[in-house]
Amino acid sequence: MATLTVTPVVAEILLAVGAMALLLVGVYGGKRTLSTVWTGSVALVVLAGAAVLWSSDQAPGVQEAFGGMLLLDGFAVFTKVLIAVGSAGVLVMSRGYLVKRDLDRFEYPVLAVLSTLGMFIMVSATDMLTVYVGLELQSLALYVLAAFARDRARSTEAGLKYFVLGALSSGMLLYGISLVYGFAGSTAFTDIAAIAAGDGAAGNIGLIVGLVFVLAGLAFKISAVPFHMWTPDVYEGAPTSVTAFFSAAPKVASMALFVRIAMGAFDDMIDQWQQVAIFLAVASMVVGTGLALVQTNIKRLLAYSSITHVGYVLAALAAGGEAGREAVIYYMAIYITMTAGAFAVVLCMRQDEKYSEDIADLAGLVKTRPALAVAMGILMISLLGFPPFLGFWAKYTAFLAVVDAGLVWLAVIGMIASVVGGYYYLRVVKLMFFDEPAASFEPQRDRGVKGVILTTAVANSPLSLLLFGPLNTAAANASRAFGL
Amino acid sequence: MSLTAIVFYVLSSVTVLSAVMVIAARNPVHSVLFLILAFFNSAGLFVLLGAELLAMLLVIVYVGAVAVLFLFVVMMLDINFVRLREGFLRYFPIGVLIGAVLAAELVFVVGTWVLTPEMAGNLRQPTPEDVTNTRALGQLIYTDYVFVFQTAGMILLTAMIGAIVLTLRKRPGVKRQNIAQQLARSPETAIEIKKVKTGEGI
Repeated sequence: MATLTVTPVVAEILLAVGAMALLLVGVYGGKRTLSTVWTGSVALVVLAGAAVLWSSDQAPGVQEAFGGMLLLDGFAVFTKVLIAVGSAGVLVMSRGYLVKRDLDRFEYPVLAVLSTLGMFIMVSATDMLTVYVGLELQSLALYVLAAFARDRARSTEAGLKYFVLGALSSGMLLYGISLVYGFAGSTAFTDIAAIAAGDGAAGNIGLIVGLVFVLAGLAFKISAVPFHMWTPDVYEGAPTSVTAFFSAAPKVASMALFVRIAMGAFDDMIDQWQQVAIFLAVASMVVGTGLALVQTNIKRLLAYSSITHVGYVLAALAAGGEAGREAVIYYMAIYITMTAGAFAVVLCMRQDEKYSEDIADLAGLVKTRPALAVAMGILMISLLGFPPFLGFWAKYTAFLAVVDAGLVWLAVIGMIASVVGGYYYLRVVKLMFFDEPAASFEPQRDRGVKGVILTTAVANSPLSLLLFGPLNTAAANASRAFGL
Repeated sequence: MSLTAIVFYVLSSVTVLSAVMVIAARNPVHSVLFLILAFFNSAGLFVLLGAELLAMLLVIVYVGAVAVLFLFVVMMLDINFVRLREGFLRYFPIGVLIGAVLAAELVFVVGTWVLTPEMAGNLRQPTPEDVTNTRALGQLIYTDYVFVFQTAGMILLTAMIGAIVLTLRKRPGVKRQNIAQQLARSPETAIEIKKVKTGEGI
């Protein structure tokens, strides 16, 4: 009789039970308990992050749960903590915006928690079935959040577009999984890895086509070119707090899942998936940078910026091995601080009772709101990857891994993309610091938004020299402790 | 040809034909009806494989609930299908191209299909011999796959929350029957008595 081990999944159980409890509180309490639900959701996500750390302390090494459906290794711990931080950070800054847009309803934090639960499951998954249910749970909650402003045509359009394309990507993922299953006879990563290591796996078209479909399905979720079409529209149409949520934690989870499948299940087929990763990386870097140059809407700009950054991360992934894995999670850790901070600044762009998304409205911000302008400047330069700002270390680690893997030309393309990308980040900086003021934004009173801006700006400033050492060590340890 | 083979070919050809008709039919109601036919025949294929539970699930859940729901949606929503098809010709070439590439891939995949020798050993849950497949499935779902089963429950919960969030509206000015209020009425609050003079009216 097998015993049930729940220690590795305490965080997931906590999130699931907590989300249902918050839902009940919200349903029966109505408007009175709205604040409780919001506070509870943030506390729950933070608590889940702590629970992951607690679980990993309970036993040394890799812990399996439910007969190999899930595991908890150093890699999962690192990414789960990252997801918890990202989700909680974005939740903290969301409420003020939603109140002003008259969207403050208790379902919002509950859905965010459920989405976080899905991300936790994705990161730990070691079976295609678990991968699929985790991915669906995460996406389904996000579809609803994208359409949360249901009376606005743009928001419902974003939700619908995201839903239809997300369903298409799930279909491709499932098709790939079915081909892999047909060949390997199992959905467990350990079995697939054993098959992939055997003779004839590398030449088997069925397995390769299955692998490519699985990766294409995942590329949709991380919005890599050519599966990026939904990103700018959804980023633009969804309420800004939702966009901020999209750009942080789900990206980390999908990227971690990409790593888990490529380096866990198909580690011995690196020659096959490396081509896919390189293609996605080059296409994302080039197309993302090119299209970002012509954007006038700050949310669309950040959407294309996220596509470009996914390109850099995929380049690191293509490097393969422990170094590539380390660069991926290190990059993602830094990326969520930059993007969450940038969206927090976008949340401050409010004048005449409505939110502005026009980059031109940022002109002369330094004269009207100097602190905000400095913070945005730091974040933009960090996104550009200029030393010694935090974003530089991310790119440095990524390109170092790429060069070490012998893919010098890929690193060169990445650097060219970075230099070209400098134009649109520096354009924002130039507008803010050297142009005449175009708009005067209302002072931001929400402490959550202020806190996020302050934290991310300080973390991304040259003070990051203190931060990048410990973060680097943590990422390296996490990469070494990759269970499968 | 044995009887099983004949039944198989009949069922599968009807399935494929009705699947084609689902996308080819001009009238959306006909499409849904063809979809139901495809489900029925697939259920027959499952019976041939000895998977009675899946066959019954397909009939009860898909034909009984999902497809009938589709039918209602198609009949109740006023969708202009002619307008929906407007871009069809413009996107037709690229659609054919993608379809051809996929078909070529499938031919390659099927043509070179080899089962790895390790595969048989990998089968996690070989079909047990002496129990019905309903029982075998139940034994798996609530033991080895309990985590996935529970997560599927969370997905359904999320879908339910989503449906309510996106569609439930409080409309002001709608008159609803409130039984407690009705019962609490007394003659004093409900009736007004007026003296009417004889021969004059109100």
